[in-house]
Amino acid sequence: MTATMDADTTSVLPALAEALVAGKILTIDLTHTLDPDFPVIILPPEFGQCARFRVEEVSRYDERGPAWYWRNFTCNEHTGTHFDAPIHWVSGKDLPNASVDSIPVEGFVRAVCVVDCVKEAAADEDFLMTKDFLLAWEAEHGEIPEGCWVLMRTDWSKRSAADYLNLRDDGAHSPGPDASAITFLIEERNVVGFGTECVGTDAGQGGHLSPPYPAHFLLHGAGRYGLQCLANLDQLPPTGALLICPPLKIKNGSGSPLRVLALVEG
Amino acid sequence: MTEAIKRPRRKDPQKRTVLPTLPPTSRSRRALAFTAAAAEGRFVLQKCGDCEAVTYPPREACPKCLSMNLEWRDMPEGGRLIAESTIQTSTNVYFRERTPWRVGTVALEAGITVLAHVHGDVAEGGRVRMIARTDKSGQGVLMALPEEETENMADDKQLRELTCDPKHRRVLITDGRTPLGQAMARALSTAGASTVFVGVAETWRPFAGADELAAIPSVEVMALDVTDTVSVNELASEIGGKVDILINTAEYVRAGGAMDRDGIVTARDEMEVNYFGPLRLIQAFGPGMRFRGADGVNSACAWVNLLSVYALSNWPAYGSTSASQAAAYSLSQCLRGEFHGSGVKVLNALFGPLEEDWRQPLPPPKVTPEGLAKAVVGALQQGLEELTVGAVAEDFLTRWKQDPRVLARELTQPEGA
Repeated sequence: MTATMDADTTSVLPALAEALVAGKILTIDLTHTLDPDFPVIILPPEFGQCARFRVEEVSRYDERGPAWYWRNFTCNEHTGTHFDAPIHWVSGKDLPNASVDSIPVEGFVRAVCVVDCVKEAAADEDFLMTKDFLLAWEAEHGEIPEGCWVLMRTDWSKRSAADYLNLRDDGAHSPGPDASAITFLIEERNVVGFGTECVGTDAGQGGHLSPPYPAHFLLHGAGRYGLQCLANLDQLPPTGALLICPPLKIKNGSGSPLRVLALVEG
Repeated sequence: MTEAIKRPRRKDPQKRTVLPTLPPTSRSRRALAFTAAAAEGRFVLQKCGDCEAVTYPPREACPKCLSMNLEWRDMPEGGRLIAESTIQTSTNVYFRERTPWRVGTVALEAGITVLAHVHGDVAEGGRVRMIARTDKSGQGVLMALPEEETENMADDKQLRELTCDPKHRRVLITDGRTPLGQAMARALSTAGASTVFVGVAETWRPFAGADELAAIPSVEVMALDVTDTVSVNELASEIGGKVDILINTAEYVRAGGAMDRDGIVTARDEMEVNYFGPLRLIQAFGPGMRFRGADGVNSACAWVNLLSVYALSNWPAYGSTSASQAAAYSLSQCLRGEFHGSGVKVLNALFGPLEEDWRQPLPPPKVTPEGLAKAVVGALQQGLEELTVGAVAEDFLTRWKQDPRVLARELTQPEGA
């Protein structure tokens, strides 16, 4: 990829900057607001739980600090719109440079393909995106380029809070990829990561697939990254956008809440 | 019979809220034993260990034989009103605002004669049942009630000053997601509360009983998460001025002690709900309630903490949760101090193992959510500040009163608790 760009490298960034100022390239926010009442993944209660986002005021132009307003916030590494590092999953635990502070930064700025599954997810809340589905997408939009991010668009981010998690007495019901799709993306397309609008990269019923939680297990086992709780994917083209998703540099971090942006040609 | 109090009209927004004033506050240290028993609804008097004479008011020495050996004993509640008077004015602001006020002399079955507040339905010369309760100043006082229940008896103006009757009052139950919160909402609705606000956290997670909860008469479901300061403050901004009774039903219980736990995440969750939860509620709702302690028929009157009895002494099997409950219990005492002067009572309901998921492996006898709710409503109607619910808690409290250090040793034995 770099080889093809060598000739133009010196002019690309100034041209990009100019296009941004001129509004020819739009910056899209793919992030949910960190809100105490935003759903987090719910595990069986015997397991440790994902901390909700919380804030506590330290001062607000008052006796605790007359001229300034600031707060402590607390959350899990996987609260809100967040990044999953390979070390998040047991399959990636022994990989080198697999925590958010040590993974190479190059993967945080990459091209992005957006696979539209809106119709399928609306028809089936447990919709599983397969390799065949991706091949059909490629037939229309071209081959997924190496080193890019692939995002699964379901419009799930537009759902109400209760319908978003869609918890029932047999667990959560939300769409996700199956093992064939993830294996294809890793082995045949060599993507850098996979992201979704849902609370996890895996389907709500992903624990019942083989392997359980295939996106987590396979992506992270192969040193790839995940993005969850994305929003505004409906504003992205199927191809041609640039994703910017650097997580916080947390020592040995398994992930982090982050601001996810996309650059789109206007 | 007593005339039934009517549901109060909406407040005139042009009228200044009446501020709390207090009946006489000071008591000798000795007399606080009477207050402490009255907070539990017990009627105790000093009895001489040497000559067996009963004495009142509290004294340092027996007035009959000068023995220092005076012991506080539970007394029979019966008596006869031998003289009564209705006070028309007083130099004390509290009474001055509440006259006419009935007092009388009661010849007790216990063998002495005492001065007491007198219920309107007691006839002079009639038989009475004595109760000891804490008044608006938090001190123990005696009141003579009719021996038999009379119509609308609880609505007697003087009695209602001593109780925290939910009738016509607005209640906030902080967590309606649990069977306990739902049972509490039902009980308060049945007890005549005009509004039962019920907090529900994380509406994006379904919970059993949600529809039934919303259908309970007088219930209004509100967003509230006691672990979220913003949420607590937002609700207080909306309804803080009309919460007369706050019942904190939120609790977080997990088995396990300190050494056998891995990390502090669970302990932090316990503290978030069990300690920081009430702390947030106090900061958000306390000032409004303290201000409204004399605000008419539906004045703010009670703050209810539901605490595991292991708040008093740690049970290592639930050691970490016990520690967070101990923090909450300690905080309740601070709250009582901060509410002093407002007329708002702090009711601590100490209960034994509750019939609920996180205590499922524990053997009976257990307290059912309905049983705990009924006991709390009863304690509010009686105006108690200390309540013990269930056989385990009652036995525990008896042992704690006997010697907390011996109880602590028992609890740390392999077969403790």
